[in-house]
Amino acid sequence: MSEKLPPPAKKNPQLRQRVPTLPPVARSRAALGLTAAAARGRFMLQHCAECGAVQYPPRDACASCLCVALEWRDTGRKARIIAETRIHVSPDPYFRERLPWRTGLARLEAGPTVLCHLHGDVGRGDAVMMDLKLDKAGQGVMIALPETRSADMEDDPLLRALTADPKHRRILVTDLRSAIAKPLIEALLAAGASHVFAGEPEAWRRGSERDAIAALDQVSVMPLDVTDQASVSRLAGEIGGKTDIVINTARHVRPGGVLGSDTVFAREEFEINALGLMRLAQGFGPAMCSRTADGTNSAAAFVNILSVHALSADPGYGAFSASQAAAYSISQTLRSEFRSSGLRVMNVFTGPTDDEWHQPLPPPKVTAGALAKAIVAGLKSGVEDVFCGDVAKDLEERWRRDPKVLERELTGGGA
Amino acid sequence: MTSPLKTLSAALAGGSVEVIDLTHTLDPDFPVIVLPPEFGQCARFRMEEVSAYDGRGPAWKWHNISMNEHTGTHFDAPIHWISGKDVAHGAVDEIDVSVFVGPVVVIDCSAGAAENDDFELTPEIITTWEREHGPIPADSWVLMRTDWSKRKGADYLNMADDGPHSPGPTPAAIALLLERGIRGFGTETVGTDAGQGMHYSPPYPAHFLLHGAGKYGLQCLTNLDLLPATGAVLVAPPLKIKGGTGSPLRVLAMVDRSNA
Repeated sequence: MSEKLPPPAKKNPQLRQRVPTLPPVARSRAALGLTAAAARGRFMLQHCAECGAVQYPPRDACASCLCVALEWRDTGRKARIIAETRIHVSPDPYFRERLPWRTGLARLEAGPTVLCHLHGDVGRGDAVMMDLKLDKAGQGVMIALPETRSADMEDDPLLRALTADPKHRRILVTDLRSAIAKPLIEALLAAGASHVFAGEPEAWRRGSERDAIAALDQVSVMPLDVTDQASVSRLAGEIGGKTDIVINTARHVRPGGVLGSDTVFAREEFEINALGLMRLAQGFGPAMCSRTADGTNSAAAFVNILSVHALSADPGYGAFSASQAAAYSISQTLRSEFRSSGLRVMNVFTGPTDDEWHQPLPPPKVTAGALAKAIVAGLKSGVEDVFCGDVAKDLEERWRRDPKVLERELTGGGA
Repeated sequence: MTSPLKTLSAALAGGSVEVIDLTHTLDPDFPVIVLPPEFGQCARFRMEEVSAYDGRGPAWKWHNISMNEHTGTHFDAPIHWISGKDVAHGAVDEIDVSVFVGPVVVIDCSAGAAENDDFELTPEIITTWEREHGPIPADSWVLMRTDWSKRKGADYLNMADDGPHSPGPTPAAIALLLERGIRGFGTETVGTDAGQGMHYSPPYPAHFLLHGAGKYGLQCLTNLDLLPATGAVLVAPPLKIKGGTGSPLRVLAMVDRSNA
């Protein structure tokens, strides 16, 4: 049984903060399929289109019949640990800091035997559930998890390094005027966040849930306006060194296409949705990157909430979609820039949200509560991409199948 | 005869004419008018560093700034309102510059505004003021002092579920000021009209009637409590924006302190 992770003690200011190191990064192109699956929280392996053999490790031709048509498919997770070893010496700086390190061989019911990390509750002979997770290098790795969950299994040090669990972490929610802010803050606190900073833009305006949010335990309301560089710098100067997760809830949505729409609204959408993200990353990113190995409450993730139409525009929200595509693109560059630190960028893609700007649209729409739940679940599982709600899931699936077909459908004509 | 400008220069240098700043600092956190969200909004003041003696410009610091024409302490030109859209020389770049310097009178409504957020400037208040100070001089600026500029944070816009609550003039008061032939009307609040000014007939009477008559507005003024009721001179030149409907500006008042 995993031991319950205690709240971290206050830091000893005489000790040097640990510099982030990364586990091995290099992968073959074929092996990146594991990373892609892990990033989306899927357990996928290559299946031979010809003979059906499930492959591991990833390769370019079937190990049974040499067919080169290997397809990544969701695969059964059930397995049994057939061997276990404990590594006591390693020349690799990342593992050296974490010795001893347990690895094992798991025989999948689907066929192959895989080399994997072992959750603390798992040992030789155990029936396990396999999972693919992103490690600090942002690469997919295999981990064997206990078949039945135990109370504190997320507190396992290995699992904690593979996720961005809110437990014991200090989290900045950037805009408390967002409808999602209050349910999100409550969900984060319920998940064990030690403190939530709630950014408040334009304190000179009334009409937010500010007072209800400020009344919550472990929550501080802080002035923050993502459209104002000085405001972002000021807050980063104040709490940047103790912010472990940033969740950007600042968002500006106005309906309308491109021809009939107003560039004033579009500019506001880009200012908040795209450039706001850039300002936040510039303000908070560097300090967070320096603190990704800072113990229990290390910096862990930068979270964006994006419309799924970042992938393919919704002409009913033309300028907004463009701002989302821009924000998505910025998040990809941030992934590159955060890579060497292990700081994770998690994008939460949502369909139409259940708010005044999507009011005339038919359901299904994503409620603030559902979005909050998806964000917390994403952090706990350590994925990079979350698709929240039926519309987002469906659009992602269609986008993966054929972006051009989806574009044609979204731009009118065809089902 | 001594040149009047020489006299003025000497008075400024000697302190018998004092210059008072009636302007709020352009600050990203200064409130702007908030319209229903489906309407276009007034841009907040923003400042973006272009360089600061660094790699982006080794020996100099400068900023790009952005805002609405009606952000911060600002000037309203006649074409700001639909009633003034056809007024000749109604844009800030077309207005005769002599308009930007001239006499100013201050009607003190601060006691009333302290008691009632929706305090109204009425014709009765104006005529009472005139009994004490004489008729409002033609072609002068009239400023409504409410001490609203001393309010901070959310109390400045003072938004409630039924909209903002702040003092302002009634349609009849504006009509009377127009009868007096004033040059323009200024306030300490975010607009020349009362927060609830949409419920008058016509809605927003200061905007509608003043601009329709080719007159000007000033808002978000401060330090009106430092001005005498009569006798000061206002300096309020907006930026020369082509076709501009208004402009942030520095508003100064020259006050005679020779008797002080």
